[in-house]
Amino acid sequence: MAEGIKDKVAIIGMGCSKFGERWDARPEDLITEAFEEALADAKIEKDNIDAAWFGVFYDEQNVGKSAYPLSQYLRLPNIPVTRVENLCATGTESLRGAVYAVAAGACDIALAVGCEKLKDTGFAGLPERTKGTFEDLYQPGFTPPGAFAQLGAAYAHKFGLDMADLKKAMAHVSWKSHENGFLNPKAHLRKKLSIEQILNAPPVAYPLGVFDCCGVSDGASCAIVARPEIAKDLVGENFVTVKSMQLSPSNGVEMGHQSWDGAGTITTRKASERAYAEAGISDPRADISLTEVHDCFSITELVLMEDLWLSDDGMAPKDILDGRFDADGDIPCQIDGGLKCFGHPVGASGLRMTYEIYLQLLGRANDRQLKDPKFGLAHNLGGIPNRNVAAVSIFGMNE
Amino acid sequence: MGQFGLTAYGSYLPFQSISRQAIFDQIGWIQGGLKAYAKGKRSYADWDEDAVTLAVAAARQLLNTTDAAQVQNLSFASTTAPFLDRSNAGIVAAALDLADSTHCHDSSGSQRAALAPLVAACHNQGDGLLIAAGEKKPIQPANVMEMLAGDAGAAVLTGSENVIAELVAAQSVRSDFVDHYRTAESGTDYVLEERWVREEGLAKIAAPLIASLLADNNMSVEDIDHFILPVAYPSHARAIAKTCGIKEDAVANALFTDCGFSGVAHPLLMLNDCLDRATPNSLILLTGFGQGMDAILLKTTEHISNYKSSISVQDFMTNLRIEDNYPRFLASNGQFHPDWGMRAERDNRTAQTVAFDKSRDIYGLVGGFCTSCQTPQFPKARRCVNPECNALDTQQDYRFADIPATVKSFTEDWMAFNRNPPLIYGNISFEGGGNMFIEMTGFAPGDIAIGDKVEMDFRIKDIDDKRGFHRYFWKAAAKRKT
Repeated sequence: MAEGIKDKVAIIGMGCSKFGERWDARPEDLITEAFEEALADAKIEKDNIDAAWFGVFYDEQNVGKSAYPLSQYLRLPNIPVTRVENLCATGTESLRGAVYAVAAGACDIALAVGCEKLKDTGFAGLPERTKGTFEDLYQPGFTPPGAFAQLGAAYAHKFGLDMADLKKAMAHVSWKSHENGFLNPKAHLRKKLSIEQILNAPPVAYPLGVFDCCGVSDGASCAIVARPEIAKDLVGENFVTVKSMQLSPSNGVEMGHQSWDGAGTITTRKASERAYAEAGISDPRADISLTEVHDCFSITELVLMEDLWLSDDGMAPKDILDGRFDADGDIPCQIDGGLKCFGHPVGASGLRMTYEIYLQLLGRANDRQLKDPKFGLAHNLGGIPNRNVAAVSIFGMNE
Repeated sequence: MGQFGLTAYGSYLPFQSISRQAIFDQIGWIQGGLKAYAKGKRSYADWDEDAVTLAVAAARQLLNTTDAAQVQNLSFASTTAPFLDRSNAGIVAAALDLADSTHCHDSSGSQRAALAPLVAACHNQGDGLLIAAGEKKPIQPANVMEMLAGDAGAAVLTGSENVIAELVAAQSVRSDFVDHYRTAESGTDYVLEERWVREEGLAKIAAPLIASLLADNNMSVEDIDHFILPVAYPSHARAIAKTCGIKEDAVANALFTDCGFSGVAHPLLMLNDCLDRATPNSLILLTGFGQGMDAILLKTTEHISNYKSSISVQDFMTNLRIEDNYPRFLASNGQFHPDWGMRAERDNRTAQTVAFDKSRDIYGLVGGFCTSCQTPQFPKARRCVNPECNALDTQQDYRFADIPATVKSFTEDWMAFNRNPPLIYGNISFEGGGNMFIEMTGFAPGDIAIGDKVEMDFRIKDIDDKRGFHRYFWKAAAKRKT
């Protein structure tokens, strides 16, 4: 394995807009909100930034293609800006670009911004999009909840679970995120729900009900990264570093080969194995203090606990119901409310997860603050279980 | 010259029907006289079926019993073909993955469209002609045909080996008798009075034609074992048989009670139902009515005893699921226009360049078979999907259309746009290898489970409302009961 990027890059500033149905804000407003927070946090001038990576997913709305909207909104001094897109891992991809540039020595200070403006469709859920000229001819006309709902049917079948029992564990996932999101002033959905409300919600795609689904939100988030030496000059010895960033896209096995059982995500397993190795973590259940995972749907978070090696296969429902991933559990998951309640503006989500881990590591998470977190893990799953991009990033304090 | 005639046949009815009483309950306040027909059920095709897919389905039933290599000519017959200027037969041939050399022909213009090529074959002794008929009539609510019609497909194949029913002779007569008509502008049938049709049309056209055909072949009405008169009104056949002197017990089942009149497909569907039970040496008088009449004499051979349809017409009818949801029935045929929601606004423009380049993949459901590791896969790709193989350019064509599969995962999606919600889709595993993520059909909500057997059905994938285009693909269908 390559040497990796562990501790080669520091995060010196982060920002995140309020997520939600931001009818009053355009992408320029959301990005400015996140960027000015990050800039003040990093204590630098915007002209100190050498290069930027800009993550937006939907061409169908939002800001359109290319990188220039970011350059224009922030009035950057004609530095290189790269637009990136990799489904729901888009925000993390923008961070990966900036981190790799700093790790490579190509930049001293780099900027990563992710933004999505989803609520301009006029309907609930994600915008419709083409799958490409060939795949439109044969791929099912699925929605994200329907595509992820497959995990529920396959998981229950694989482990011989009654769907009613699996639904209870799924409901706990959503219940926990609503409890957490209630404490977060920047979260989209700040309302507590009972297990009964979740279980009795109208169906969306069997076995998912409305409260098994995450918020569809507008928002932007941002990170400024630098060489550790620069971080020391700016903020002293106490700063967050990137321990690992790994990405694993599907190669077609899930869609076309019978070796996949449909009850989990191959890519998350691959990406997390590599991320733990890059970060030097041999026992993630002991060393990971918190996770921000891609809980687009309750069943996704459930299977991810196994795919990230935090639960044994078949044990995620029990671990969830035992509270292992609650705010006061062994490894709190979605302490900021997660996609479920903080919201999911696709291009911003990876950076939003990083933002929460950054706050937690620096002890700045206010009512949500966990005790002495060591490593935080952010995970994105772009696409659908049948074909996706998994990103796993691990952050900790400078060592 | 040896025997010449039919060597195979196949039938198809959709999964669902509606009880005629359920129709009458909704439209009786407009047309109280239709109460006379408010009994039994009529089949209806789902929104994603049209005359082409119905014909394909029937032809596939036929090809379950016969090698496709025997097909040299394909005649697609319908008055409800989706395309006015594009070979509908060409779509059928592509879905059946017939040889490129197959001569394809669309037959239309009257309810006799399926018999026209059969009459010609009878005269010319044309081997290897596959006639695939499908009909899905657009009907205005409260029109009498809403009660009388049914949607179906039927197919027959001609040949001179293992003939199950010899084509003995055929005669035709023309008459511009307008019992009903439909134009591109009218969209739906304009139907004339029943008694006038029977007395002035059917009786006066049928009797002399039948007499002439029998006389020319030294036969008499007593020789007829099965009399097939495919017309919409269920009582007409018996009346015409009486007029012609044909014995009453020879009158073939008009399939009114459990299916309805399937237009161009109906002569073949009634014939197939007859052949499903016929014994050797039975004389069948097959007719077709529409601006004149065709009359064809067929005689079953000893091979009929060994021929078995994969699914009989009676089996199809017995297993029709009965819906009582009238708006859902109307929506299946574009006669109900609810607000489907904003997701229905998705632009389904087809890249015809890609559709042509990938024609065998999409229409034929032809994927790849890796010759290095023996892994079937869809779509065919340059590198094998098997993670243990990944060999480059090792794949041969591999058709999935006829391979059974099982449900590996599924959902019933109430959010996705579908004209018959919920949209059911999921992963399926094919026997012998191969996995697909695919839309499903034939399951009522709550009926599907992992491990269920499915078979592939050729269906409309998307309708491009803006450009009037249907694009087709395959769906995993619930296994039909037999």
